[in-house]
Amino acid sequence: MLEIKKLHKSYPIGKDSLHVLKGIDLHIKEGEFVSIMGSSGSGKSTLLNIVGLLDEHDEGDYYLNGQLIKNLNEKKAAMLRNKFLGFVFQSFNLISYKTALENVALPLYYKGVNRKERLKTALEYLEKVGLKDWAGHLPNELSGGQKQRVAIARALVTNPKVVLADEPTGALDSTTTDNVMDLLRDINNEGMTVFVITHEEEVAEQTKRIVRLKDGVIISDELTANSESFKHAVKAL
Amino acid sequence: MFDLDRWREIFQSISKNKLRSVMSGFTVAFAILLFTLLFGVVNGLSNTFKDAFVDDAQNAIFISTGVTTKPYKGLQSGRRVQLKNKQYDFVKKAYKDKIELLTARVFKNANISYKNKQDNYSLRAVHPDHQFLEKTIIDEGRYINERDLKEKSKVIVIGRLVKKDIFGEKPAIGKRVNVNGISYKVVGVFSDSGGDREERQTYMPVTTAQALYGNNDHLGQIVLGYDQKLSLDEAIAFGNKMERDLRKKLSIHPDDQGAVRIMNMAEANKNVGVFMAILYVLVIIIGSGTLIAGIIGISNIMIFVIKERTKEFGIRKALGAQPSSIVGMVVQESVLITTLAGYLGLSLGTYFLSLIGNSLEEDYFIKDPSVSTAIVVGATITLILSGLIAGYLPAKKASKIKPIIALRAD
Repeated sequence: MLEIKKLHKSYPIGKDSLHVLKGIDLHIKEGEFVSIMGSSGSGKSTLLNIVGLLDEHDEGDYYLNGQLIKNLNEKKAAMLRNKFLGFVFQSFNLISYKTALENVALPLYYKGVNRKERLKTALEYLEKVGLKDWAGHLPNELSGGQKQRVAIARALVTNPKVVLADEPTGALDSTTTDNVMDLLRDINNEGMTVFVITHEEEVAEQTKRIVRLKDGVIISDELTANSESFKHAVKAL
Repeated sequence: MFDLDRWREIFQSISKNKLRSVMSGFTVAFAILLFTLLFGVVNGLSNTFKDAFVDDAQNAIFISTGVTTKPYKGLQSGRRVQLKNKQYDFVKKAYKDKIELLTARVFKNANISYKNKQDNYSLRAVHPDHQFLEKTIIDEGRYINERDLKEKSKVIVIGRLVKKDIFGEKPAIGKRVNVNGISYKVVGVFSDSGGDREERQTYMPVTTAQALYGNNDHLGQIVLGYDQKLSLDEAIAFGNKMERDLRKKLSIHPDDQGAVRIMNMAEANKNVGVFMAILYVLVIIIGSGTLIAGIIGISNIMIFVIKERTKEFGIRKALGAQPSSIVGMVVQESVLITTLAGYLGLSLGTYFLSLIGNSLEEDYFIKDPSVSTAIVVGATITLILSGLIAGYLPAKKASKIKPIIALRAD
């Protein structure tokens, strides 16, 4: 699904450049629930931006759904994002003057789906995240947890290959954090590949695989107690 | 291509951000309103000037004579110079390639009576071309013709008000009226845009008047219409040459200004033309300044708006919006606002101008202020283009920002 080989990325800072990712190798298969752990400055956000086609890498290879990502122009990147990726951001990033339903329907607009179909599908996904009754509300009438659930519905509405979540619980309290993580796990259990970036240990523990990043290199990559293969391994013992 | 969804997005963005839309619209509407009013008022001024000459043909030259002020070739000063058929024939022959219309005028007073009605009117004895030089409009019957001239027919063409005075509502054509003791047949009734005074005139053949009143070949005035192909400068030169030639023919000192007087419409037209041209140049400078100020206003607002929406564009791009769709959306919104606001300003402007109407004619010389279609169309195109540019440039820049940077902007 997602394959990264010897990925490098530097940012220019004045005359110098900051080497953020120093040769990342990562393979994520379909249906995985992976978290990237790391303190700030470890390069995890940069990795997510590259994986999410929001930014370009300098060296190495990146295959998304078997397709080599190289020299993408804006138009092509936009099409691939729309087709394969769903985003969940820390600050929700809902459009303030659109209702929850319209926010969820927006990716379908860019996919070229007609309005009636759009709104119907969007409502289905809102129902899935338990916010059907809030469809007509503007983002500022929703709580943080509700906003994030709307954002998750928006990420899912195009039925992408991967959901990328950047600190999805960063702006939420612990109860809502659990709700959002439960929701992400449910989505994963339905077969969706979910890729979470976080610096919170509790959040990472709820995923099935934790990749730890430090100073631009992967320092560990292990399965958690939640993963099927881990359970199998425990059983075998 | 009509894209209903795109329009929905735009209307939503406009209606959810009313203040911003109204602000940008107001700038444009106000600029266009001022522009329209300015042009309208100057057009009104121009109309007044044009009207001042509407009575007679624009290409008319009037030749009349007076008293000499300088002795010349043994003739004393103070001599009254009389125009005669000889001068008419000279003008006709000498300048035939530069003259379109030519008539003489003999001025008389006419005491006209019919049955028990009787009144005094002015009479002009003329050639047929006079009709076109004076812009006489024949309502009924006909004007003086060549045959009348040749036969010295006792026919008369009367003004609309003369007819009203003498015949009332009854038909006048074919009736015989008594003019200064001689019986004439009414062959035509006319009207004239020159006003009541012109419509109390009567016309008869110049030959008839010369034979019956005085039995001489005297003329009061010679009026001609120069060839319209002549430029104003050529027409003025032509008038000056004719003046010199006539002085020579009539034995008048070349520098004697009073004895032969030529009133050339070309000169008046040129003066008015120069004056109006200066006025228009001024208005174009001020008007385009106003438009430019409006355009800069909307560009500023668009730059601010796009800055404000950078994050929204970032979200849209993350969700799969292509840069072209962002640019298109912004440009379409900007063009829509400028066009609507411009149209509003234009409508308000024309409405105000129509309210003013002719009410300022007496005191301020502004008659029927209005703007021409060409100006309206030109201003509208300018607006749409400026809306396009005002939206396009900042939107293009915003669409190039990487979504990651746009999303970071809080």
